[in-house]
Amino acid sequence: MSADDAILSVESLAVAFGGVKAVDDVSFAVRRGEVFTLIGPNGAGKTTVFNLISRLYNPMRGRIVFEGNDITALPAHRVAALGISRTFQNIELFEHATVLQNLLIGRQVHRKTALWEEILFLPKVRRQEYAFREHVEKVIDLLDLQHYRDSHVAGLPYGIRKVVELGRALAMQPRLLLMDEPSSGLNVEETEDMAFWIQDINQDLDITVVMVEHDMSLVSRVSHRVLALNQGAVVTVGTPKDVQSHPGVVEAYLGKAAHA
Amino acid sequence: MRFLFKTDYDQDIRLAKHGGHVFWYSLLGVALLAAPWLLSEYLLEQLVLVCIYAVAGLGLMLLSGFTGLISLGHAAFLGVGAYTEAVLVGMGWPFPLAMSAAVVLSAATGVVVGLPALRVRGIYLAIATLALGVIVEEVLTRWEDVTGGSAGLMVKSPTLFGAAVPQPVGFYYLCLGILVVATLAVLNLLRSPTGRAFVAVRDSEISSQSMGIHLAKAKTLSFALSAALTGLAGALYAHKLRFLSPEQFTVLQSVELLMMIFIGGLGSVHGVFLGALFLITLPQGIAVAKDWLPPAIGGAAGLQSTVFGLIIVGFVLFEPLGLYGRWVKIRLYLQTFPFYRKGTFRREKTFQKTERQR
Repeated sequence: MSADDAILSVESLAVAFGGVKAVDDVSFAVRRGEVFTLIGPNGAGKTTVFNLISRLYNPMRGRIVFEGNDITALPAHRVAALGISRTFQNIELFEHATVLQNLLIGRQVHRKTALWEEILFLPKVRRQEYAFREHVEKVIDLLDLQHYRDSHVAGLPYGIRKVVELGRALAMQPRLLLMDEPSSGLNVEETEDMAFWIQDINQDLDITVVMVEHDMSLVSRVSHRVLALNQGAVVTVGTPKDVQSHPGVVEAYLGKAAHA
Repeated sequence: MRFLFKTDYDQDIRLAKHGGHVFWYSLLGVALLAAPWLLSEYLLEQLVLVCIYAVAGLGLMLLSGFTGLISLGHAAFLGVGAYTEAVLVGMGWPFPLAMSAAVVLSAATGVVVGLPALRVRGIYLAIATLALGVIVEEVLTRWEDVTGGSAGLMVKSPTLFGAAVPQPVGFYYLCLGILVVATLAVLNLLRSPTGRAFVAVRDSEISSQSMGIHLAKAKTLSFALSAALTGLAGALYAHKLRFLSPEQFTVLQSVELLMMIFIGGLGSVHGVFLGALFLITLPQGIAVAKDWLPPAIGGAAGLQSTVFGLIIVGFVLFEPLGLYGRWVKIRLYLQTFPFYRKGTFRREKTFQKTERQR
């Protein structure tokens, strides 16, 4: 694979917490336009890789390159401005704000007004609000959130919050979307919807998706390529089918004796 | 019951959401403008205090209610504002200029006090601000050349365009005007990206970072704006008191300010006004009640603090959303009568966040 069709490349990334090597020499490259999934048993380092990419953790070694820019040393808030947005495993929404306000925060990186202009609420600020809301409404339409637009997040059921969080990430208009366990805590029907949305986001909105996921039927349905991690190291990369039958992956999940 | 059909983004953006708002706020505006004719001089003085406390409360609400940073040192900003105003007006500066200087200096103090906010949070931040509040109080006491120390400092009357602002009516209008401008500024801020960023920082630092919000910048800005508003209130306070001494800007004053926005309702601009009204009227109410109570209770020292304490406990237990939260419930009850259900505002308990990143 040539360097220019990789939107994100991670080179020999490593981080340790105390004596635990959470991520140890992990390298992979995500192609523009694909759905790339990280799988692995609990504690394999999937979420840690996410937190390294979104710069919440500092790697001890290695490099992260997004669209040709080295983001390894950037502060977390700068990563968003470059076009990477993410969702969290345990939903990190702004609880005491409405769904609409949550989605509008997704537009934060596109803010063009100065503080004094906002205090006076000049026509420029109002026009910016129109533009923000117009975009947010598109996201609301895509994810069928119309009914919840003005509800406070704190009162919403888990499944809806999950969707709101996806919406907030989309409102940013990212080029790369990191989804940490999009289907966790969702019922079968909600997982179905999530699968459709991931495909829509990927194909219609042209957003490259990197996700961490445990639900293998969802993984094989939506992802182009899968990377299996175990104990902080890469086991294998390939199509969902190849990875699922890879002896190393089977061993990681089921143990040695369970060889098929 | 009112149903709003939204067909326009402006319906969400504009401040008055429907005809009812326009009507009631206009009525309130007229009543406030007519207050000097409707109220006795004593009550007008109290209303001036409500206005001043409300300006300070707006500042603290922005910080604690909307950015989630608890400050136990806000009396320091009030003090910096008040003393700057007093000293500069004493040196013959025109009143608007002195007030601007008070605002700028308070904001600068706010940035300094806000520095620990970048590292610590919650109760630790409260302790840090408490310490800085004590430092400012100490400076006011020790720096006798400028502040007059414990002996106090007289404050000249404000002059505007070469003429003294007439007491109390002129000063009342001045305070009211400043309050209205400050309120509009805060409301504008809250409906634009900066205000949303504050709320984001309050609710989840981790995801606001990932949404592209610079945490340190947002927190420092919040501290600066909050201190600026409180300093503005301090400048007015100086003219209201006409005599300043460091005892007016102690930790107790900070606690009183915090209590005001807490009782009013954290996270709502309405709460500021309800809280300010409550804070000013309660001592009056207690004074009246004293005559009715048996002398053993009515004459007891510390009656006021006891009542304040009981009220705080009551709010914590029964109405954490404060007076404004209570009002929202009453309003809904009236709107939906007789269909109000008891569980309407009961919050679902969400599961414990185990892996929440800090």
